[in-house]
This record gives sequence, structure tokens and C-alpha cells, in this order.
Amino acid sequence: MVDTFVIPLLKIVIVLNATLVGVTYMVLLERKVIAWAQSRLGPMRVGPYGILQPVADAVKLMIKEDITPVRADKWLFTAAPIISMVPALIVYAVIPFGSEVSLFGRQVTLYITDINVGLLYVVSVASVGVYGIILAGYASNSKYPLLASLRASAQLISYEVAVTLTLVSVVVMAGSLSMVQIVNAQYNSHVWFVFAQPVAFVLVLIGGLAETNRAPFDLPEAEQELTGGFHTEYSGMRFALFFLAEYANMIVVSSVVTTLFLGGWLPPFPNVAAFGFLYYVPSWAWFLLKSFVFLYLFIWIRATLPRYRYDQLMNLGWKVLIPIAIANLVVTGIVRVLLL
Amino acid sequence: MPSAYIPIAMFIAVATGFAVFTLLFTSLIHPSKYNKVKLEPYECGIEATSDARDRYSVRYYLVAMLFVIFDVETVFMFPWAVIFDELLLFGLIEMLVFIFILVVGYYYAWQKGALEWV
Repeated sequence: MVDTFVIPLLKIVIVLNATLVGVTYMVLLERKVIAWAQSRLGPMRVGPYGILQPVADAVKLMIKEDITPVRADKWLFTAAPIISMVPALIVYAVIPFGSEVSLFGRQVTLYITDINVGLLYVVSVASVGVYGIILAGYASNSKYPLLASLRASAQLISYEVAVTLTLVSVVVMAGSLSMVQIVNAQYNSHVWFVFAQPVAFVLVLIGGLAETNRAPFDLPEAEQELTGGFHTEYSGMRFALFFLAEYANMIVVSSVVTTLFLGGWLPPFPNVAAFGFLYYVPSWAWFLLKSFVFLYLFIWIRATLPRYRYDQLMNLGWKVLIPIAIANLVVTGIVRVLLL
Repeated sequence: MPSAYIPIAMFIAVATGFAVFTLLFTSLIHPSKYNKVKLEPYECGIEATSDARDRYSVRYYLVAMLFVIFDVETVFMFPWAVIFDELLLFGLIEMLVFIFILVVGYYYAWQKGALEWV
């Protein structure tokens, strides 16, 4: 009873809260880093160095007037942000944040659940988020959101093909779809998969940027041509849910890339006796550190690269990433057979 | 082991509950002073004359169809990848045949111009 219901529920509540706080501070970090990149200071007024800015933003969004346009489809207009946010959150159910810790005399695993189709679950749940975006555009019944949601869904499904194809070669290496088993496979092979699958790593990173609508692939939110993107008509808390989903997705992509390619909770040089001292750092600390590097990379890329044109974006997805992904899979298979 | 899926069901309930609760809670505290102009869809200052759900480029349908084809084929590869170490050469050859057929279709789509975005 305790193991089946109480502990998972506690973990869910902790992960949910950590995500919400993480997302709000992610926004602050992004504003700060981009400000520094442009020789500005960023938010400085709310609290020392602006560290209370997320609280102010949250309160502001909650007490904002929430508008449903007259032409909009009322129910879908409300359902869209929920459909967008729930998948972004429930992906965390299978992500292993660490191995095990001993708490109050009980061995607690630092993941909510370990299902044997973990990676497939991540891919499929993450793609449900597209429905939220396309429904938002359709339900708004306004020109800009509709155009933006069409663009966004075309972009997301295009890059999903490339990313999913690439992930197959990681599964070949690990021999399992369970996220925990994939980390264990890296432990057993003494090496992070980023060194065994460098091409796949780069492909998933590019695909991850596109899947989260981040610069340089942030066409669905290209302010200059589409005003606010698919959530132009949204305000108040419903807008906040979209915002939450977007940043939660960024954390998901960082966590998944960390798990698949950077050994998840494992330290560098896993399972090598000479580097055994690295295990004194707790497993979850390694995981958070590595995920944070990716989150920072997302912001850094946004501050550095200009936006793609839409035809360039589709060309990159369909004509560059997919052939490379297929070639990578074939090479992985052949090398694997030769080595075993 | 179906019990591993219980936490996922719980998470879906908690996440949906959170979203619905915040929407209901904020609907109690936010102001609602609506007027006709405020509720118009955004249109650069000009009143919208027609329904926004107009016809749009056929390219989007094409991308959606290509997605269905390629994504389904990718899903076929996951079981193969999981038991790759047991099948080895047999599995590799089987999969190379499958990927060859996939690449032929991909090449056809490319030559037909389905991947061009004009």
C-alpha cells in the first residue's frame, strides 16, 4: 500500500513542485543570461538582483483578466492549455533523477516509476503536446494563432520523425527501452553514449531545440510575422499554462538527453576503479548538473543564433536530419554485429 | 508488470487536477470587465471581417501524411532494436531490407517534390 500509492504520490508532488519552481527560475535565468549577452543587467527591481521576479510574474499572471474572444470555441479554448501542459509534466514519471537514496531507513528510488517501454513513453507522450498547440490555434479562430499553430505542428511532427529514428540507434546500444536500463547499460560499457553515439547526440540536440520551439527554430513564435504565435489570443492563467508547458518541455529534453547520452546520474568515467572517488558526489547532483548544462546551452544558443527561414527549417528536418539518422542507424547496427 | 503504470495514472490525475484547479482558482480572483472591443480577435487594429478558419497551404497536409508514414515505420524498429543483441546478423539483414524499402519510399517522395517547401 505504502509502496504502491503513498511513496509515488509523494514523489509526484515533489517533482511537480520542483518543476514549477524550476520553470519560473528558468525564465529568470533566461532573461538574465540574455541580458548579460547583450550588455544589459536584466530584471533588477524585484528583490536583490531580481531574484523575486518569478514570484511577481506568477502573481501577475494569476490576477490578470482572462479573455475568451467572442469567435473562439469556448471549451476547446480552455482545454488546449491543459492538453498542452499535462503531457509536458507527466513525462517526468519515467525520468530517473538518480539511483537510490536511503531516507528514514527506507531505500527510495529517485524515479517515479520504471516501465519497460520508458523511452517509447517519452516519445509518445511528448507528441501529445502537439494537440494542445493545434487546438489553441483552431479554437482561437483568429488568423495569427491559426497560422502559427499550423507551422508549429508541421515543425514538431517533422523533427519528431528524425529524433525518433535517431533514438532507435541508442536503443540498439542499450538493448532496452527502460530509462533506468539505458543508464545501467552505460554503466556496464564504462562509457557515456555521447562517445559511442556522437552523431545521434547532435541530432537529438538539434531535434530537441526544434521540438521545444526554441531559437533558432522558434518560428511558431516569430514575433515579427506572427505577433504572439499560437497563444496570441491567450491571457492570464491559460497563457501561463502554455508558458509552463514550453519551459517544462525544455527541462524534459535536457533530462532525456542527459539520461540517454550523458549517463544520467552516473559520474564521468562510470564503473572505472581509478575514478571511483567521483561516486562520493550524490547521483542526483550529477544528474542536475548535467541537465543544467543543457538548459544553459538552450539559452546560450538563443542568445547567439538568428532564426531559420521556414523552408530552411523543413529542408533541415526532412533532407538532412532524416538521411543522417538512417545512416547512423545502419552504421550502428553493422558495427554492433561486427563487435559482438 | 502493470503496477508500474499506477504512478503514471496518478501523475496524469495530479497534473490535470493542478491545471483545472489553477484555472478555477484564478477565475475567482481575476477581474472580468469585458466589452465588445476587448473580446474581438486580434487583427492589427482592423475588425475581423470573416472567419479565420480559411483554406491554407496543401503542404501542411503533405507533411502530416509523410509524418504518419515515417513515424509508423520508426515504431516498427523499436522492438527490433531492443532484441538486436539476440538476433545479430539475422536481425541486421532483416532490418537492412526494411530500411532499404523505407529509403526507396523516401527517395520517391523526394523526387516527387514532396519534401520541397516553396
